[in-house]
Amino acid sequence: MNILVCMKQVPGTNKVEVDEKTGVLKREGVDSKMNPYDLYAIETALWIGEKTGGKVTALTMGPPQAEAVIREAYMMGVEEGFLITDRKFAGADVLATGYTLSMGIRAVGEFDLILCGKQTTDGDTGQVGPALAEYLGIPHVSWVKRIEKVDGKGIVAEQDMADSTAVVKLSFPCLITVDKDIMQPRLPSYRKKLAAKGKPVGILTFQDFADRNESNYGLSGSATKVERIFPPESNTDRVIRKDTAAALTEQIFGILQGIKAI
Amino acid sequence: MLSVNQKKCDLCGKCVQVCPFGAMEIRDSRVEIGAACRMCRICLKNCPNHAILFTDGVRKKADRDRWKGILVFVECEGKQIHPVTLELIGKAKELASKIHHPVFSVFIGHDIGEKARELPEYGVDKVFVYDDVRFAYYREDLYANALEDCIKQSRPSVVLIGATSVGRSLAPRLSTRFRTGLTADCTVLDIKENSDLVQIRPAFGGNIMAQIVTEHSRPQFATVRYKVMEKAHRIMHQRNETSEDPFSEDLLSRDPFSETAERLEIRSLPENRMKSDIEVLEVIPKEKEESISEAEVIVAGGRGLKDKKDLVMLEELAALLGGRTAVSRPLVEAGWAPYTKQIGLSGRTVKPRLILTCGISGAVQFTSCMNTSQCIIAINKDPNAPIFETAHYGMVGDLYEIVPRLCEKIKKGRMPDAL
Repeated sequence: MNILVCMKQVPGTNKVEVDEKTGVLKREGVDSKMNPYDLYAIETALWIGEKTGGKVTALTMGPPQAEAVIREAYMMGVEEGFLITDRKFAGADVLATGYTLSMGIRAVGEFDLILCGKQTTDGDTGQVGPALAEYLGIPHVSWVKRIEKVDGKGIVAEQDMADSTAVVKLSFPCLITVDKDIMQPRLPSYRKKLAAKGKPVGILTFQDFADRNESNYGLSGSATKVERIFPPESNTDRVIRKDTAAALTEQIFGILQGIKAI
Repeated sequence: MLSVNQKKCDLCGKCVQVCPFGAMEIRDSRVEIGAACRMCRICLKNCPNHAILFTDGVRKKADRDRWKGILVFVECEGKQIHPVTLELIGKAKELASKIHHPVFSVFIGHDIGEKARELPEYGVDKVFVYDDVRFAYYREDLYANALEDCIKQSRPSVVLIGATSVGRSLAPRLSTRFRTGLTADCTVLDIKENSDLVQIRPAFGGNIMAQIVTEHSRPQFATVRYKVMEKAHRIMHQRNETSEDPFSEDLLSRDPFSETAERLEIRSLPENRMKSDIEVLEVIPKEKEESISEAEVIVAGGRGLKDKKDLVMLEELAALLGGRTAVSRPLVEAGWAPYTKQIGLSGRTVKPRLILTCGISGAVQFTSCMNTSQCIIAINKDPNAPIFETAHYGMVGDLYEIVPRLCEKIKKGRMPDAL
């Protein structure tokens, strides 16, 4: 059985500011890390691999330094990994990212089960998993919080819906996105760290893809465009008081009376 | 490009037979598509197992004028229409009136006829209904097929979907199917004269706002969280405005039931689009706990609290104000409260009449999910806490001194005049 787990390298911090005049992003700090939600996907993939004797492959898309997340996956025990990287892929929105990932997957091989984390901490959209499943023509289930059963043919999973938990069954191939806390991600072991050291990371570029129409990738392959960015509006109608606890209590009491909260 | 889903393929060899270019071959028990393929897709159309897939990454530039309407996806919560749907209908009406487009709704489910009839009362011009026992529980492949059918039929310029568990799974599937754009969790929506939807949402954890457009593709998809937009109101039947005499023949001869029925279009999918790869084995309802999203009054606690037991103090204040307690993310991570009580980007959005924050610093991930509350009172020891940028009333002080005093004062005010 072939299992694929997707992951993304995200900024270490979300602290960004916008230069109001130029609309340009001022990003503080160049720290990067593995998208925390993906750790749960990797753990689930490894667990399923152990249960079924399947092979786990890692995949990511990003600039050259994103190789670091594949190495991190190796240290957790993932067997093989690929980095999709090419300047032609830069500036991609979800539509173009999903397409690029799907072409990368086609270049690598066929997978029975694909796992994704619920969302990323920089994009926050949670859309790439379903978009990827659509491009690959396979069904998907989102918000998986528990795997009830899995074998070489299919999977039974618990899906976390708003007012219920749905127990769903799918045959392979399919894609699932997993929630935080589905399992506890294992820590990299020293032995695995050593084993990972010399392990190569497969690199996939535009040249490796079956579709060599540049306009299908990156910025030109995107359907959405960011027109402008601006700082969030702060409340201008504000009153700030510093006083004794007794005085502040009086003030709050007065406000509450004023809005008829009491 | 064309590809073969080998798992669905039963090696019947039909594709090999029908291919006019001899590009299909069965080798090692697999169907291979060779270089002679000209993408005519005759194989796809003839495959009895639908095992051949055509993936096209190329987006076509849409003709804006051929896409008209704002389509709202209707979601159910138990037996009722989810309130986020009504919020989206309200927004859809506002946007539609600016560009003179109609408002549509699409309702997928089982035994939904009666509920569907409510929607025209909120101003929906047409409701597309897909009613089948196989739609009883959400299954993304069947729901996606139904929504696809609706979009192909109604050709809306914009599709609005609530950012719920269903919506956030369904929307990207559809936007990808139509090779078009989707912006998730929009906080502001506007529309240009040329029908381009202006989609504004927080990015980088809420530190900046991004304004996004889907210029060349249609439809334009957007998801919106519950409690972000204003709810639509039930409208009076318009004919009351035209007729002066409430008992005129004209009025009495019209059957309100049939007029509503005209606004409903019952649709069904062909059998091959009703086949699902997902089986729902069981649906376990969750204990219905009152969500903080519904609360009109909220008392929220953050890292300024020193101990889990101090939440009791906030519970008391909340009870006195007839509200509920909520927390910021650090308290959920510390295990002091469940994530259902969390206000934040990875929690819930709230818009209460009153919110009192106690010991919350006000990181954007928190404030962006409560900053539209009517009255925000913040208590924090640190005068530089960012929460004071958001709060209407900022109180720089110690919550451990203020909250108990406030509770006492409120209780005293309630006691009958003694002595």
